[in-house]
Amino acid sequence: MADDKELRPAHVPKRQQSIFQPIYDSQIWQSIFRHGWMDNDRNRALVIITNVFMHLHPVRIRKSGVMLSFTWCMGGLSFFLFLVETVTGVLLMFYYRPTAEYAYVDIVALREHVPLGLFREMHRWGAHAMVIIVWLHMFRVFLTGSYKPPREFNWNVGVILLVLTLLLSFTGYLLPWDQLAIWAVTVGTNMARATPLLGHEGPGAMFIKVGDISLVHAGSDVRFGLLGGRFVGEATLLRFYVLHCVAIPLGAAVLMAVHFWRIRKDGGISGPM
Amino acid sequence: MEAASDTLKMIINKICEPEPFFILMVLWCFASVIWADKWVKPKIAFTMMGAFFLLYLFSLTDSNFYSIATKGDNIPIIAMLFMSVYFTWLGFWRGVENDKRKAEGRPMIEEEGKEVKVLVWPHLIYIEFIVGIFCTALLVVWSIVIMAPLEEPASSAATPNPSKAPWYFLGLQEMLVYFDPWMAGVVAPSLIIVGLMAIPYLDKNPKGNGYYTIKERWFAISFFNFGYLVLWMALIFLGTVMRGPNWNFFGPFDYWDVHKQPVLNNLNLSELFFIKTLDMGLPEHWLKREALGIALTVIYLFVLPVLFDKVPFFKIGEFFKKMRIEMGAVRYYTFIFLFLTMMSLPIKMVLRWTVNLKYVVAIPEYFFNI
Ligand code: HEM
Repeated sequence: MADDKELRPAHVPKRQQSIFQPIYDSQIWQSIFRHGWMDNDRNRALVIITNVFMHLHPVRIRKSGVMLSFTWCMGGLSFFLFLVETVTGVLLMFYYRPTAEYAYVDIVALREHVPLGLFREMHRWGAHAMVIIVWLHMFRVFLTGSYKPPREFNWNVGVILLVLTLLLSFTGYLLPWDQLAIWAVTVGTNMARATPLLGHEGPGAMFIKVGDISLVHAGSDVRFGLLGGRFVGEATLLRFYVLHCVAIPLGAAVLMAVHFWRIRKDGGISGPM
Repeated sequence: MEAASDTLKMIINKICEPEPFFILMVLWCFASVIWADKWVKPKIAFTMMGAFFLLYLFSLTDSNFYSIATKGDNIPIIAMLFMSVYFTWLGFWRGVENDKRKAEGRPMIEEEGKEVKVLVWPHLIYIEFIVGIFCTALLVVWSIVIMAPLEEPASSAATPNPSKAPWYFLGLQEMLVYFDPWMAGVVAPSLIIVGLMAIPYLDKNPKGNGYYTIKERWFAISFFNFGYLVLWMALIFLGTVMRGPNWNFFGPFDYWDVHKQPVLNNLNLSELFFIKTLDMGLPEHWLKREALGIALTVIYLFVLPVLFDKVPFFKIGEFFKKMRIEMGAVRYYTFIFLFLTMMSLPIKMVLRWTVNLKYVVAIPEYFFNI
């Protein structure tokens, strides 16, 4: 490693030859990792900038920004839990069919017959944890005033991420298709009946009509659109499944990319001027 | 022993009734900002947290509380409660420390070593790595120890009682006691989102950007904590632990009796006015009937903000006037509108508890009740 020799300060002893040295020197290894051993600042910087995932970080960061008692690590943990949810969620999808006939049985089968079927627990507790952690992240960002210029827009991206996190939790709540699930979702979606103008029991909806024919009724209002029917049924299950497994996670992933990118463009983790 | 614990339970049950519970939460919220430099001292804060935890352990000895607190989905809520308290302390403690340092002319915690930037590898990566491993371990253990809940298969015929929304929406469900679904379920959440998004554009205070402080942002912090800790977190706790069958109130140690029949004698403003006060019948037409309520609502939302600003009554007037000058008219009126809508919840709560008010404006003809 040519860099090593050149940049090693005189007082630092030469690194011992590792028995893996032939591997590090091989063309395969070198094609993947474009940096030498991380015992000098140049290579420590290269680790970050030559790796797309590490590159979410800047190379250097203000000292206050790495303090656990400053960020509480809550943003990082939100993202980490999102990843946990993605992995365990994919595993769950192997065993789960979103139909009224199979959904519940599949969950029972998962619990009883799948060895190490722990990922349903991890997925559910991880989801609860994520909601709490995202709230605490918002609380931290508020307390440090990090929404102030130039980070106003990123706070807004954050708010949408928060809404998406809640919607992910909410759509997922229905999928086990047990009593807890359908009634919680029934209570939640019943509100949509009362949407002003757009729900059939909402204020103003009765004025939306052509001649004598009311346009907003139980079979055409927002709630109907959300549930795919007049009550929580099989169509709702499919809708929530697709939203939960595809649409919302995709949206959240895109917004997270924006969120992380903006943190760097806004000058990194906030700190006193 | 037995008697003492029963008395304690009775006292807690009483304190947890919506009225004292809510009032205590509000007092605590503002007291925590006013006396921040007193209570954040680690000795005091950790004694309080310890006492809080002991109280929790004591509560677990009660079979009614135990059955609620150990329900799978409720465990994270209890954890959230402790975390909220702990992190409020952490943020306040750092804020108070910074305020103290500033007053003494020393650099704040965030300003120490401001000139140096540290390398992300290894300084940040290792923290992330350790936190990640720690949380994975925690999640795995949690998952092994506690099974994810699964009830009877879904049936649209058997409605459970109480029917609760997912726990993170229980604050909104609690609002349903005071407001109709279109307010609690649609308008309130929309305004919460809009309000949160508006924060960076409304808060023109240039201080406190990127560091913890209490003094420099006491108003913003009390206001946010009121919404976040009281109207959101505390109401979730209330909805989880203290709302039983038919959404009736039950103390944390009460048995959830399905047959509890609370007295329902809530009246609309129009009824209070025409029947109770004037001793006559309700007018036929809704406009006449509800004129008073509509007028009050319009005054509350649209005249009060102007009054606040124009009439310097007491200190409050001056405070709002200063705010308008600093913020500019558009920001000021947007803020006041959001502020007043938010305050309509506690105001309605108080009116319910004092005069049993049901709706200020009740036009069931058009599904319009507030
Ligand atoms: C799924 C949700 C979210 C993820 C994964 C996420 C992730 C992150 C991460 C990793 C950071 C870096 C600093 C830190 O860890 O604190 C951060 C910073 C930030 N987040 Fe989030 N966040 C989320 C939600 C939110 C929400 C709900 C808000 C606000 C309403 C928000 C506003 C911000 C702001 C303003 C910053 C910059 C803070 C600073 O520079 O000090 N984020 N976010």
